[in-house]
Amino acid sequence: MLRRLLKDFQGDVLAIPGRLLALIFFVILFFIPLFLQGSSGSYYLRIFIFANMYVIFAVSWDLLSGYTGQLNFGHALFFGVAAYTTALLNLHLDWQPWLTIPLGALAGVIAGLVVCLPALRLRGPYLALVTLAFPLILLGIVFAFTDFTGGELGISGLDRISNSRTTDYYISVAVMIVSVMIMWKLTDARSSLVRTGIVFHAIREDEIAARASGINTIRYKLLAFAVAGFFAGIAGAFHAHFMRIAGPSNLELTLSFQVIIWTVFGGITSIYGPVVGVYILFPLMELLRVVPEVRNLIFAGIVVAMLLFMPEGIAVWVRDKIERECPRCKLSNMAFRKTCRACDTPLYERAVD
Amino acid sequence: MVEGIIIQGLIKGGTYALLAVGFSLIFGVARMINLSHTCFYMLAAYGIYAFAKMLGMPLIAAAVLSLLATTIIGILTYRLFIDRVREHHVTVMLITLALAMVFQEWMIISFTSEPLGAPSFISGYWEIIGVKVSYQHLLTFGVALAVLICVWALLSKTRLGVAIRATAQDSEIANLMGINVRRILLVTMGMAAVLAAVAGIVVAPTLTLEPRMWTSPLVMIMAIVVLGGLGSVKGSFIGAFIIGFVEVLVVFLMPGGAFLKGAFALLVMVIILLVRPEGLFGIAFEEERL
Repeated sequence: MLRRLLKDFQGDVLAIPGRLLALIFFVILFFIPLFLQGSSGSYYLRIFIFANMYVIFAVSWDLLSGYTGQLNFGHALFFGVAAYTTALLNLHLDWQPWLTIPLGALAGVIAGLVVCLPALRLRGPYLALVTLAFPLILLGIVFAFTDFTGGELGISGLDRISNSRTTDYYISVAVMIVSVMIMWKLTDARSSLVRTGIVFHAIREDEIAARASGINTIRYKLLAFAVAGFFAGIAGAFHAHFMRIAGPSNLELTLSFQVIIWTVFGGITSIYGPVVGVYILFPLMELLRVVPEVRNLIFAGIVVAMLLFMPEGIAVWVRDKIERECPRCKLSNMAFRKTCRACDTPLYERAVD
Repeated sequence: MVEGIIIQGLIKGGTYALLAVGFSLIFGVARMINLSHTCFYMLAAYGIYAFAKMLGMPLIAAAVLSLLATTIIGILTYRLFIDRVREHHVTVMLITLALAMVFQEWMIISFTSEPLGAPSFISGYWEIIGVKVSYQHLLTFGVALAVLICVWALLSKTRLGVAIRATAQDSEIANLMGINVRRILLVTMGMAAVLAAVAGIVVAPTLTLEPRMWTSPLVMIMAIVVLGGLGSVKGSFIGAFIIGFVEVLVVFLMPGGAFLKGAFALLVMVIILLVRPEGLFGIAFEEERL
């Protein structure tokens, strides 16, 4: 049993450079607090905690828009609904974070299902416009009923998740890794456990063909929205408890676009893409705080350059450099191998002399 | 009260019509959603402030210069950035949004984020049915109508207009008929920029200029073009007046209306897309629906 696991580990993780890098990254994440001590360390840990939450958020967008092709331009809706639900439950009913965060995520699921109703009939730019509208409508309501929602100031004074920043960090890392792994498995097209991955791909590529093949696409679209809403909700609720405030900035257009930019920067339709995107862009934005006047300008410039010159995303670009798919058995190989590790097929066509 | 609502609604509708027609035109011809559209409106408004107040030029000269500069910027952004990626919906939306951010930051750097006021073209007011309407507002409405009539004439009476409409209907066939589609797209983008710039110039004196002034009209015109039918110029013209009146009504009659006007317009948009996705006058894009 243990030996088989070890063998699987060797074949499925160590032999594929992308997964090896992911493993190294996860291991490094566990040791980060050792190097970040004192008050400045606490500040850097805070950045990492934010990054972990935004990773969950961005990956959930990728699952919905990248994999299933339901272009969502208002992903902040799920984040904001969960944040406000959590805040109201925590303040008025005095429930603890371990209870309010899952309930916030459930609110995200409900928001996802509500948004899904128009999504069943629309696609492409039309869907983008409708999804864009939902968080803005809610934002208008938040500003109009200030005594319930706190208006501009939001709802503050929530309970902390834990008493120390390091504990917060480890909780956020654990939640992040588990969520990303679940979503990775759900979108894995070659998985033998769940068939959602291949169905999501089919819906994106050609929904009518998927339906003609006997797939109940409506059920799977509902599922995609619910799952995306759930994980975006976890991120939003965690964010609210960590910041101890739920405010209108959790619903704003900026957040909806941030998540798209992170994902497209890292590589859309790849779970590791948004992870890489958030872990590069979010700390970069924090570093750029030393030049506040041109911070947003640099950010926008990076985005434009990225879209023009590396539209597949940075993670995918790197992966294509270090991995090579076997042309016969579709197994990933290290790029420096000449023949496939399983079936010995030459990976590169021989140059004609 | 009623008179005030009618007159305010007409003026609002006129400005929105200028913006929405350009937005709709570019969607109809190139099938792209240009999220930086209202930035040209902002650029023109800031342009008139820079030329007239900072450099001390006469107002008419400032207006013409500002219009020219905005149009050139519009065409350049299309040529340099949008043209290469226009086949991909998401990329176009993202890149135009990033460009909008660039414009916003540019305005913050050059003019700071303090609210500014542009000089009025004409002062004084006129009393219509007991409501004081400033000449500036009347000018806004008049210019909007005149420019829109010009656009309508251009689209329906000239060879260029026929070419634009042909491209909107089917760009591949238009290309086979000898129309230079890339040039038509460039011209359309220029027209859209001109319309937005005209709106910015005439509205500038009645508004406070600030670098985030592009967001609220953008939300409104998105609702308008969906209501009128994406890609339909007539639809966006009528939709602009409907949404203009809805906005004024909400602001006048509801408590906290100033916050809810955007929400109401967007609610109209969502309902229209659900009940009648092609809008009031739109062409149904069969392949884009389920």
